[in-house]
Amino acid sequence: MDTKNLILRTKFVDRMCHWTMVACFFLVAMSGLSWFFPSLNWLSGVLGTPQLARMLHPFLGTVVFVLLVCMFFRFVHYNMPARTDVTWFRNIADVLMNRHTKPLGIGKYNAGQKILFWCIMALISALFATGVVAWRPYFAGYFPIPAIRLALLAHSLAGLGLILLVIGHIYMGIWVRGSITGMLTGYVSRAWAKQHHDRWYAEEIAPAAKDTSAKRQS
Amino acid sequence: MGMQSQDIIRRSATNGLTPAPQARDHQHEVAKLIDVSICTGCKGCQVACSEWNDLRDEVGHNVGVYDNPADLTAETWTVIRFDEEEDESGTLEWLLRKEGCMHCAEPGCLKACPSPGAIVQFANGIVDFQSEQCIGCGYCIAGCPFDVPRINKKDNKAYKCTLCADRVSVGQEPACVKTCPTGAISFGSKAEMKDLAASRIEELKSRGHAGAGLYDPQGVGGTHVMYVLTHADKPEMYHRLPKDPHISPFVRGWKEWLKPVGALGFIATLAGAFAHYVGVGPNTVDSPDPEAAPAKPPEGKETVAAADAAEGEHPVGRE
Repeated sequence: MDTKNLILRTKFVDRMCHWTMVACFFLVAMSGLSWFFPSLNWLSGVLGTPQLARMLHPFLGTVVFVLLVCMFFRFVHYNMPARTDVTWFRNIADVLMNRHTKPLGIGKYNAGQKILFWCIMALISALFATGVVAWRPYFAGYFPIPAIRLALLAHSLAGLGLILLVIGHIYMGIWVRGSITGMLTGYVSRAWAKQHHDRWYAEEIAPAAKDTSAKRQS
Repeated sequence: MGMQSQDIIRRSATNGLTPAPQARDHQHEVAKLIDVSICTGCKGCQVACSEWNDLRDEVGHNVGVYDNPADLTAETWTVIRFDEEEDESGTLEWLLRKEGCMHCAEPGCLKACPSPGAIVQFANGIVDFQSEQCIGCGYCIAGCPFDVPRINKKDNKAYKCTLCADRVSVGQEPACVKTCPTGAISFGSKAEMKDLAASRIEELKSRGHAGAGLYDPQGVGGTHVMYVLTHADKPEMYHRLPKDPHISPFVRGWKEWLKPVGALGFIATLAGAFAHYVGVGPNTVDSPDPEAAPAKPPEGKETVAAADAAEGEHPVGRE
């Protein structure tokens, strides 16, 4: 791939982490939905038989959780609240209506992405904790039945919330052209970076590029 | 699964639009009536249950009480519970109760079960597990207000008393009823059993058991296993038999409330995304590569390294 005019936005390790998580999450979410909406029972077929799906679901869920912990440490730095996030929220109508009139001082991730990050962290952690409580035959026996009931309700609530958020996340990837390629290859164009993450571009990409070109000329 | 049932009035994880076969519903509701005042705790019912159902549970250990085995298991579907009760005058009373599935009219296990057809309720009121469909999730355990179903370690499937559905379907009484030497267990139509209970309760009251009564809890729509209790006002005395059993609000919230809300959530999210895309169109980059030409880096790799180095100075942390 010719990466001359491109910027590396997401490193190989992070991409691997993300896409492995996507694969596992897909299987876990489909099997989970097959039990939550019994009319969608056929979705458990992604893991073979319903019995096999029931057995594998918690293990794959654990893989998702472990990958999440890795991603937390890799990405938390970029997802801390910033003063410019307020600007983004104030201009959310422009953002959603595709009006690129003024730069909003968006860092590596915008305020919406940051909220998504924290919600995903919270929901997957809740899913892991409640999932352990309900996990048969290994752990459920150690918890009283009322705790299991509460865990099952919280697990489906969190699962539902997470799947809806992820649908939103996927839609944003489709809507903002160049994002999915960016996450697959790691590279985005300079124009993309400038338009969608202007502060990130101004503070990290442009100076670095100037440095290198200056170094080359001297 | 040799014989087919065409009298299933409720089937787990099944849409109301596509019910199970239920043409042969011209049946009486059946009931088992257990009169604790006649029970001697001989455990003949436990043996008969194991005999008829080909169950041979592992021989356990004595844990210091007469209950043996100590609890219901996937291979012990009924257990006599022994509770010692001492009144104010210091008189000891044995409270015996044959524990097992109550065959609720509104079964919590069936409501919680996510596997289509793994739990069914027949027109005669029997609630039965169709083990081939069982996925071993244990939701039935969470759904049951009586803590009855157990998962088998051998095959990871849930089991409980079937009320001898196989015997009842050919006109016989359950094995425990057949074997009970004192006649403490009776079986027949639910109406008949209620009549029988009424006469027994009258007799017990005439003998001074003022608290005698029928246990047919309406919180689960009534049960198809009923008790005549000498202390019906305090059922908890009989090994924590719940006074007002009902399906937990958490289970109801999960199965009755969250499901439609979730479906609406999906429809709203997908419709919103669809409308947004059609209305606004894709978010493309306005102008191609504003500064690329003058500041073109010689190699992507170097840009990367530079960007990485800059990571540490990300201003976000300071804000």
